[in-house]
Amino acid sequence: MNTGKVGEWQFRYELHKGTLLAAALFVVMFVIYVSNHPAGFTPNVVQTASNKATLLAFVAMAQCLVVITAGIDLSVGMVLVLCNCLASWLVVGTPLQTGFGIVAVLAAGLACGTLNGLIIIFGRLQPIVTTIATSAIFFGLALLLRPTPGGSVNETLADVFTSKMFGVLPTSLIVLAATILLVWIPFSRSVYGRAAYAAGSSEYAAYMSGMPLKRAKLLAYALAGLLSAMGGLYLTFFSYTGEAAFASGNAYTLYSIAAVVLGGVSLAGGKGSAVGAVFGALAFRTIGDLLFVFDLDPLWQPLFQGIVLMLAIGIGSIGLARVRNRLEWFQ
Amino acid sequence: MSEPLLRMEGISKRYGGVIALNEADIAIRPGAIHAVLGENGAGKSTLIKIMAGVTAPDDGRMLLDGKAVSFSSPAMANAAGIVSVFQELSLIPDLSVADNIVISNPPTRFGMIDRGAQRRIAEEALSRAGAVDIHPSSLVKDLPLSRRQMVEIAKALARSPRLMILDEATSALSKSDVDKVFSVLKRLRSEGLALVYISHRMHEIAELADDCTVFRNGRSIESYKAGTKTDQQVVELMIGREYKSVFPAKPGVEISRPPVLSCSGLCWGDRLTDITFDARPGEIVGVGGLDGQGQRELLLALFGVLRDVRGEVRIDGRSVRLTSPKEAKSQATSIALIPEDRKTEGLMLPMTVRENLSIAALGSVSRKGVIDRGAEAACVGELLKLLAIKAANIDMPVSSLSGGNQQKVVIAKWLMNRPRIILLNDPTRGIDVGTKQEIYQLLRKLADGGAAIIFYSTDYDELIGCCDRVLVMYDGTIASMLEGDNINERALIGSALNIAAKQVERGPTL
Repeated sequence: MNTGKVGEWQFRYELHKGTLLAAALFVVMFVIYVSNHPAGFTPNVVQTASNKATLLAFVAMAQCLVVITAGIDLSVGMVLVLCNCLASWLVVGTPLQTGFGIVAVLAAGLACGTLNGLIIIFGRLQPIVTTIATSAIFFGLALLLRPTPGGSVNETLADVFTSKMFGVLPTSLIVLAATILLVWIPFSRSVYGRAAYAAGSSEYAAYMSGMPLKRAKLLAYALAGLLSAMGGLYLTFFSYTGEAAFASGNAYTLYSIAAVVLGGVSLAGGKGSAVGAVFGALAFRTIGDLLFVFDLDPLWQPLFQGIVLMLAIGIGSIGLARVRNRLEWFQ
Repeated sequence: MSEPLLRMEGISKRYGGVIALNEADIAIRPGAIHAVLGENGAGKSTLIKIMAGVTAPDDGRMLLDGKAVSFSSPAMANAAGIVSVFQELSLIPDLSVADNIVISNPPTRFGMIDRGAQRRIAEEALSRAGAVDIHPSSLVKDLPLSRRQMVEIAKALARSPRLMILDEATSALSKSDVDKVFSVLKRLRSEGLALVYISHRMHEIAELADDCTVFRNGRSIESYKAGTKTDQQVVELMIGREYKSVFPAKPGVEISRPPVLSCSGLCWGDRLTDITFDARPGEIVGVGGLDGQGQRELLLALFGVLRDVRGEVRIDGRSVRLTSPKEAKSQATSIALIPEDRKTEGLMLPMTVRENLSIAALGSVSRKGVIDRGAEAACVGELLKLLAIKAANIDMPVSSLSGGNQQKVVIAKWLMNRPRIILLNDPTRGIDVGTKQEIYQLLRKLADGGAAIIFYSTDYDELIGCCDRVLVMYDGTIASMLEGDNINERALIGSALNIAAKQVERGPTL
């Protein structure tokens, strides 16, 4: 091999460029944020920021898994809402009961994701309409569970998951990192993970190479349900209640798509990582926070968020201007 | 002579009404390179697909090591040791070279892909393929076509095949790569591998092959030892279809008319080199040669689809720069391109016949952006009559028409603009003989009406029967220009293969 270490790093950089860009974007915005924050860079400020971004980070990870296979999951927000309502019934009582409750909530999320996957893969329906339909079903179930906001959660546990570990590190951030380590890394390095990327990149070639496409896609959708359920649990830990909130479910779905794009995940499939999606979510949340430290009218937030999003996405499509055969634009 | 590793006997395959293979036989020996020869559509690729397990034959049997086998998937053929190198389709663009090489059977540890082992396998396979310059971590989509082809070969080698099929595997390679691949293939042969080699380059076959089999019209015509026949004899074997007079008479072109289109020194990247020709009104200029020699790119360049095209295009003697199809079709240039794949490039299948027909000429039937449905229907009706398109109703979806009628819609939609230059990209592929005949008549009628027609076809009969002149392309450039009686099958095949051009020209005409 005539390629030395430098070449190797070059390839690594190319591969993770999207993730690095998202991380850089987040770091820059977060530095601006804390340096203008009246309290400065303290564990409390970090904790608040981390807690605010955790929910979106989970659904963005969920969305990322599906988007890699060139699909889309418009039900992530409603799975989150459903799991929030479920948790407000189940995650209560003795430690044992609470433990069972958590397992049940996660299993419910997994089941929702599996249902999406089964319909899309074996029913051969389009992901976009399938998940619109199932998201209505999930919201309907959530409404039946919680016609009005209410319920409770094991508050001791909730406080543990939303406070700091060793007085410095926010627990929510640690849980997020653990999820990446225990769900994302094994998935992305397994044969199924590779098949998921291959399905998004060129399904035809993947099929011709005899890859396990169906199982890989099913796994992606199922894990997306599981990760959305994690988000639902966290929502319950923050709010102490369950609420079938239509608007916030829809907002999480839409923001998850924005977050994965910010995180360098290609909506065309085959490219990106959940780590990037998490940074995308963190960056997206920080855009909102920036307004408060600059004392801008909250009325400006949607407009400001939209403009920053447009700029960030614009950077990603510069490559298209250099195409030599114009037909490639449409591939 | 060693026993054959794979023997295929009486293999037949039909697609719908089209017979792709008819009682074909072939025997492949280990430790030898077997070249499969034949024109476009002679049945070579169907044969390969059956060998590699992509499609199943309707009839006939396959014997591997003397035992009957049948493959229901590429994976099964791989397991039996038959691996094929596809032209470029089997690589996944967003994955790295190493990922792609091990894709069908990656090494795992604890359920996860062992990246160290993967890297070693990839490096070994790349070095066996003589492509150590390719970094295993680079993404396939960042590699140029020639490197991708080398990755394909490495990917095939990593599966330790007993029989390796190379289908046009060198078509995108540079000379030095071809040399490397050849030395690899020769080494594999000496290691006892059986190799099936398909190439349109006669000199490659002369250099490599031990055995040859010629296919024609789905039949295996003859198998012979390499070197026992001259190029001329091989070409004779490849020719030999029945002629039917389905073509309109050629009136002959008035040489005095100035050309409406003339190109000089057209270049695009390494795919088109120094293309110079002109076309007069009333003339049908054929574009021939083997598939993928730049014909498609030439048409796209003239239609403004390609960027950074160098050289000059003149229309009516004025130099023009074409930067989009919208511009190409405008009044000043008046070019139309009838695309090859009607399903994706020519038609919007769910939309109606009316919408499809008027889409390229909406300007002429609308006022201030509002479509005049009456005028539109009148134009559409006229076209339906002109091309005898069988549609019960102009508001039915175009997808419900037959293939031949769909193709007529593709052609008709451009006629509404009354183009003066019509580019056709293999317009008769996959349509029935009757419709083909109508299309030939129409082309002549359009030419007589003063249009210049550039007609790319993979069917030699069409080029001979329809065209006033034929440009034969090879490797991105015009290898020869045939005219009048020189347009015959022998000359077309000879110049398409780029062999002994002079010798061919002196040969008798059919």
